[in-house]
Amino acid sequence: MKLNFKIWRQDNSQVVGDFKNYEVSGLNEDMSLLEALDYLNEDLVKKDEKAVAFDHDCREGICGQCGFFINGRAHGAGNNQTTCQVHLRSFKDNDTVLLEPFRASSFPIVKDLIVDRSSFDRIIQKGGFVSANTGTAVEANSILIGKKDADYSMSMAACIGCGACVATCKNASAALFTSAKINHLNSLPQGQPEEYSRTINLVAQMEAEGFGHCSFTGACEIECPEHISLSSIAKMNFSYMKAKILN
Amino acid sequence: MKLDAKIPDGDLKDKWKNYQSTCRLVNPANKRKLDVIVVGSGLAGASAAATLAEGGYNVKCFCFQDTPRRAHSIAAQGGVNAAKNYQNDGDNTWRMFHDTLKGGDFRSREANVYRLAELSGPLIDHFTMQGVPFAREYGGVLANRSFGGVQVQRTFYARGQTGQQLLLASYSQLSRQIEAKKVQMFSRHEIQEIVVIEGKARGVVVRDMITGELTNHSAHAVVLATGGYSKVFFLSTLAMGCNASAIWKAHKKGAYFASPSFTQIHPTALPQNSETQSKLTLMSESLRNDGRIWVPKDKNEKRAPAAIPEEERDYYLERKYPAFGNLAPRDISSRAAKESIDQGLGVGELKNAVYLDFKDSIARLGINVIKSRYGNLFDMYKKITGIDAYKEPMKISPAPHFSMGGLWVDYELMTTIPGLFAIGECNFADHGANRLGANSLLQASIDGYFILPLTIGNYLTDELKTGKISTDHPAFKEALVNVKTKFEKLINNNGTETVDSIHRRLGKIMWKECAMSRNEAGLKKAILEIKSLRTEFYNKVKITGLVNEYNQELDKGSRLIDFLEIAELMCVDALERNESCGAHFREEFQTPDGEALRDDDNFSYVSAWEFRGESDFSLHKEVLNFEYIKPTVRSYK
Ligand SMILES: Cc1cc2nc3c(=O)[nH]c(=O)nc-3n(C[C@H](O)[C@H](O)[C@H](O)COP(=O)(O)OP(=O)(O)OC[C@H]3O[C@@H](n4cnc5c(N)ncnc54)[C@H](O)[C@@H]3O)c2cc1C
Ligand code: FES
Repeated sequence: MKLNFKIWRQDNSQVVGDFKNYEVSGLNEDMSLLEALDYLNEDLVKKDEKAVAFDHDCREGICGQCGFFINGRAHGAGNNQTTCQVHLRSFKDNDTVLLEPFRASSFPIVKDLIVDRSSFDRIIQKGGFVSANTGTAVEANSILIGKKDADYSMSMAACIGCGACVATCKNASAALFTSAKINHLNSLPQGQPEEYSRTINLVAQMEAEGFGHCSFTGACEIECPEHISLSSIAKMNFSYMKAKILN
Repeated sequence: MKLDAKIPDGDLKDKWKNYQSTCRLVNPANKRKLDVIVVGSGLAGASAAATLAEGGYNVKCFCFQDTPRRAHSIAAQGGVNAAKNYQNDGDNTWRMFHDTLKGGDFRSREANVYRLAELSGPLIDHFTMQGVPFAREYGGVLANRSFGGVQVQRTFYARGQTGQQLLLASYSQLSRQIEAKKVQMFSRHEIQEIVVIEGKARGVVVRDMITGELTNHSAHAVVLATGGYSKVFFLSTLAMGCNASAIWKAHKKGAYFASPSFTQIHPTALPQNSETQSKLTLMSESLRNDGRIWVPKDKNEKRAPAAIPEEERDYYLERKYPAFGNLAPRDISSRAAKESIDQGLGVGELKNAVYLDFKDSIARLGINVIKSRYGNLFDMYKKITGIDAYKEPMKISPAPHFSMGGLWVDYELMTTIPGLFAIGECNFADHGANRLGANSLLQASIDGYFILPLTIGNYLTDELKTGKISTDHPAFKEALVNVKTKFEKLINNNGTETVDSIHRRLGKIMWKECAMSRNEAGLKKAILEIKSLRTEFYNKVKITGLVNEYNQELDKGSRLIDFLEIAELMCVDALERNESCGAHFREEFQTPDGEALRDDDNFSYVSAWEFRGESDFSLHKEVLNFEYIKPTVRSYK
């Protein structure tokens, strides 16, 4: 199998980047896209060129480290998947495959396909936790949590922090990411004492990082590898109003 | 040096309590004067860094990922064990202690294993408090599931993403301490060297992976929490960045390395299907609850699996281990798969897999039940292979998965270098020769949350008089120069071979000779091959790009140097142990029907290796005394 890659190359955040073409043959359908890049990189090294830098770690869709645009879509053509889950069988022989980094001003480019998503960490640092030190816990079953609430909380907590929601949003909004953390913790009894401050502080940090507003287009929920839905943002907005009034 | 495990006095049940009541403490006002470096922010590292900071210490924490929210811990699917006895099925600390000790084939310390079981209940309380959305019953109480190798239901889980949820909880606690300015976090920073001054761990040399800048960091104690090293096999279930570098550097600075060859090979991963494959994805072991494992009886079988009649299939686990059947422990299942594959009975294009078949359970329970139990796993299987496993059996294959071996630590989790601690998968402590499923998230977390934050104080009380440690000491300067030289050598080598191509070859040697079954001749051959591959690496490796930029080839190359060295020690260790125990199966030592033959008279010890120079390791034995449970033959027949 042969693919024609067009890949964004940029040495670091200080220089201007550009697309470069790479014709790669000798591929097979069962390879993942990242394995195809490994393959290309070995070839580049042998030819005395720099390898293409891209982020990845688990390569099974859970760590959230991988992520770039594939033919214009965050994490590629399929819905609800990660970049590392894209396999070459989703392309046709001789296809052109365009790879470029996530584009958002709050995700500055580090190198080639790698971006800096530390803005997500700073949002969490503002209250994406329960303020309880090690040692303070009560017996786990002494606080009952209905299955429905637990399941809901889990589906919000599932966020892998990949940034695809931001990348795909025309406003580069981090609303899906932020709402997932707010809803995860606010829906549990353990998270409720800090419900208002958490909601207000996370939203404030999201804005301080330069992320845009939610446009209710819903592109994010299509790309989210964990199927976190747009209603999560609606719920955050409700919590925000509530917090503003009651806090 | 004589190994002293520092096991506290008293009855097994009282040891940890006795330790807690007698160990020396640092008072909160003084903790502010002490600096601690934590290397790694996986489950062990993040929990330790957060808890140490809560206590008042000044913490610096490092990881190689772009954020501490990612670490290999995130990939754990199955669950975390705790002896809560919520199911009223006769579970308690003692039973869990017994299961773990037996599961480890009596090659771990009683006192450590007991403590693991004892702290498991409080850990579930802790994570629940931190907002982990564990699975629940309709009544609102926590749910449990069963896992291989035990007869009670003690596994707590959060969908199929338990590791993710536990790690994110630790990460949230860490984030809180970062915000409070008690932890300074360094992401995309990799530890290159451990600095030892006058016999004590005093700091580290770190490389900023984005700029290539090298810096020194000093502290009163250094904690390594860098995870497992099974990536030495190249193909494994581990995340791509997992490495042995920090613990290997520590080893070369004087920390003994225990049981390096004990590696768990997981029976249910997806098989390799091409030379270019980069990792083996794990399929949760829970599939073995309803899937039946088989291979065709005929080597030359060409038919599609569904067309092969029952009498021409060998359900080899059910045949060999009727009591446990498809749920036999991991090491046994993996070895049985290897036997079939070695006999040429493997399936798939490379004949390197076995079938995991759901046909009968779908017929018995209906497709909807199977969907509700394993839907996400079947989806994942389809995403990766393109195959619908509701219609044809999955193909699975054994894969390197977990390192039971690691830095030798005493009961306080301190290595043989004073002031250097090792927690989580990178130490050897609790799993013996084989780890039970769902016990390692547990171990990593209790090491980080409950044990280390207390035991480190016992060491640090004496450090109060030291005052701030300066990085001006010649030992720091020398270490930094050495690291710099290493990277320059790598980048200027201008050879012909890529890092990955050499790593793949190393992986093949290790997979062939030091994985599921080992023998003397093979191990001796492997040692020679590894040495010559090492020479070849230095002569032929080629890395492009610059030293002072983000250079992933360089990162991989520097990790491979350490893998090429640890691989040799793994083989040396496997060769020395003339018995079979747990995951360590030496072909020369087996019963007439092919089961592991343990030799308690001669090998009831932990092998702790001292580094004396290249290819020069000397063995120290920590004799294991079993006072409470008499070692028995581990039979799952
Ligand atoms: C696919 C899979 C599934 C699993 N499922 C289960 C399960 O269901 N139940 C269970 O109990 N266990 C399971 N395990 C095992 C368990 O996940 C691990 O043993 C455990 O998470 C290890 O945690 P850790 O904190 O020790 O290491 P890790 O999570 O690997 O963290 C290592 C940390 O060290 C850092 N690091 C490493 N090297 C360096 C360096 N040189 N410099 C700086 N930082 C460094 C990394 O950045 C990372 O932060 C599973 C393992 C795998 C592979
Ligand atoms: S590499 Fe972890 S999600 Fe893709």
